[in-house]
Amino acid sequence: MATPRIRQTRVLPGFGPTLGYTLFWLSIIVLLPLAAVFIRASELSLEEFWTAVTAPRVVASYKLSFGLSLAAAALNAVFGLTLAWCLVRYRFPGKKLVDALVDLPFALPTAVAGIALTALYAKNGIVGQYLDPDGLARVALFAKDSAIGQFLEPFSAKVAFKPLGIFVALVFIGLPFVVRTVQPVLEDLDVELEEAAVSLGAGRLQTFLRVIVPVVLPALLTGFALAFARAVGEYGSVIFIAGNIPLVSEITPLMIFIKLEQPDYAGATAIAVVMLLISFVLLFIINGLQAWASRRTGRDR
Amino acid sequence: MKQTKLLRSLLAGVAAVAFSGGALAAQTLLNVSYDPTRELYKVFNAEFQKHWKATTGEDLEIKQSHAGSGKQARAVVDGLEADVVTLALAYDIDEIAELSKKTKQLLPDDWQKALPNNSTPYTSTIVFLVRKGNPKGIKDWGDLVKPGVEVITPNPKTSGGARWNYLAAWAYALKKSNNDEAKARAFVGDLFKHVPVLDSGARGSTNTFVQRELGDVLLAWENEAFLSIVELGPDKFDIVVPPLSILAEPPVAVVDAVAKKHGTEKLAKAYLEFLYSPTGQKIAAANYYRPRHPEHADPKDAARFPKLELISIDDPVFGGWQKAQKVHFSEGGVFDQIYAK
Repeated sequence: MATPRIRQTRVLPGFGPTLGYTLFWLSIIVLLPLAAVFIRASELSLEEFWTAVTAPRVVASYKLSFGLSLAAAALNAVFGLTLAWCLVRYRFPGKKLVDALVDLPFALPTAVAGIALTALYAKNGIVGQYLDPDGLARVALFAKDSAIGQFLEPFSAKVAFKPLGIFVALVFIGLPFVVRTVQPVLEDLDVELEEAAVSLGAGRLQTFLRVIVPVVLPALLTGFALAFARAVGEYGSVIFIAGNIPLVSEITPLMIFIKLEQPDYAGATAIAVVMLLISFVLLFIINGLQAWASRRTGRDR
Repeated sequence: MKQTKLLRSLLAGVAAVAFSGGALAAQTLLNVSYDPTRELYKVFNAEFQKHWKATTGEDLEIKQSHAGSGKQARAVVDGLEADVVTLALAYDIDEIAELSKKTKQLLPDDWQKALPNNSTPYTSTIVFLVRKGNPKGIKDWGDLVKPGVEVITPNPKTSGGARWNYLAAWAYALKKSNNDEAKARAFVGDLFKHVPVLDSGARGSTNTFVQRELGDVLLAWENEAFLSIVELGPDKFDIVVPPLSILAEPPVAVVDAVAKKHGTEKLAKAYLEFLYSPTGQKIAAANYYRPRHPEHADPKDAARFPKLELISIDDPVFGGWQKAQKVHFSEGGVFDQIYAK
């Protein structure tokens, strides 16, 4: 679409002021703090910067933070889509309530979420006692040396205070992002399209893959990107359930917190800069994918 | 719409701050302290207000702020206007003096000489809190590294209490090995392999041990251990006092520059000195801190503190906080090396 050269007339005026406010807001709310991070980090020499951001503990934390955030966003993409589908397509009692529940992770203070999840999954928690091989219920039901206990052993998952716990927390906080971005697109999607596809001889799977997925994909990728970005920066809910053992379960935001406590502000901002750069590159890739998907399906968001 | 709403709430916020600023004009004192002193200062402040009214006739408002010791020190440097600080370790007050030099030094370098006993009116130590009946038979530091024992302690990088824990373990290991530093390193390394969760503060660790029922032994401030037992019932936990531990000295100081600005110099000084008075000492002992003058404590309270060998941070094995901090907790220090592969 080429931009028309002629001056457009609009019903409501205000391009100038709104653009002005947009730039002003973005500058003071987003760019200024980011610039401060870069300025603080530039106090370090290149060599100091490199040592700070490549320390083994820090590198381990990148792997954990980015790896788990991607995994959590991926899981959320699958179940978020399912949830949105169910909410859009079907009517059932309590639907409004379920719809409202989806937003809860947005509103809940993250520390509360973290403590609640930890209480649930710790080995004396409601769920944790069944998962933990030393948990109360597991021991009572299936002793370790019993046949069933031995059978269960390989499936034993300790959630709280292990990397798996971080994953659970990240899935929790990321869910609404996917549901809320996919939902409006599904609402716009006419059932007639599917009916047309089926009447033209497409199978169920074919209809899903070739009619629904292409339409939903850009929005799904946006939701994935948002959930991922949120997960990478998440601190409050993770810190309670993580265990925070060096090289095992320390997330990158915790490394920054520890540096700030030292106090090593420059070192902390150095890690923050690396985090920003990795996040930026990943989000750039995801946005590129999304643009590609929209182009291919001829659908602009 | 949304923006006007935001603007309105912002304005309301500004107004609220402005009004509370006005109310501060009466004689007030802000005591910036660390986490476990909540109960102590609640009692002490009430008593001091009575004392101040009786001696000067003035009414007085005392405000308290509690959080991790290091965080509080940084808040004071960054502009939290504390008239007095009562923190977990001398290093944090050193930091206030050092870091505030860039702008306006808040208190002198030799602040610790201002009051008797290294400016610490009460002391504490590090003890073990174990599950009732001590099922793992933990008696001394060496028992902590036995197979199958899980130890709960916060991260020394972020918690003042955890630094005392760590240094107490170090002192034990050095003594046991006749000052063989390599063996001491191996011991603390081994010890931290038995730690399944590193919380960032002492209260966090207490919760992990008590609420989540994780671990066999909690390394804790003696006063925190007593409080846990009082609050949660003696039927759940026992205190084990090792034969040797560290003399934890949580110091107090007037923040001179702030007190001068507020005109509270006399008040702040009197407040801290009252901690050394017979009343202050009695309150400290009642709240499970070891008083410098046990003779002023209620004999029942004084009897609660078992005798043990206590090593001071100024002992040559540590050489004071500045050195200990640098050797053990700085970037790449001994604690970092424990986790380096």
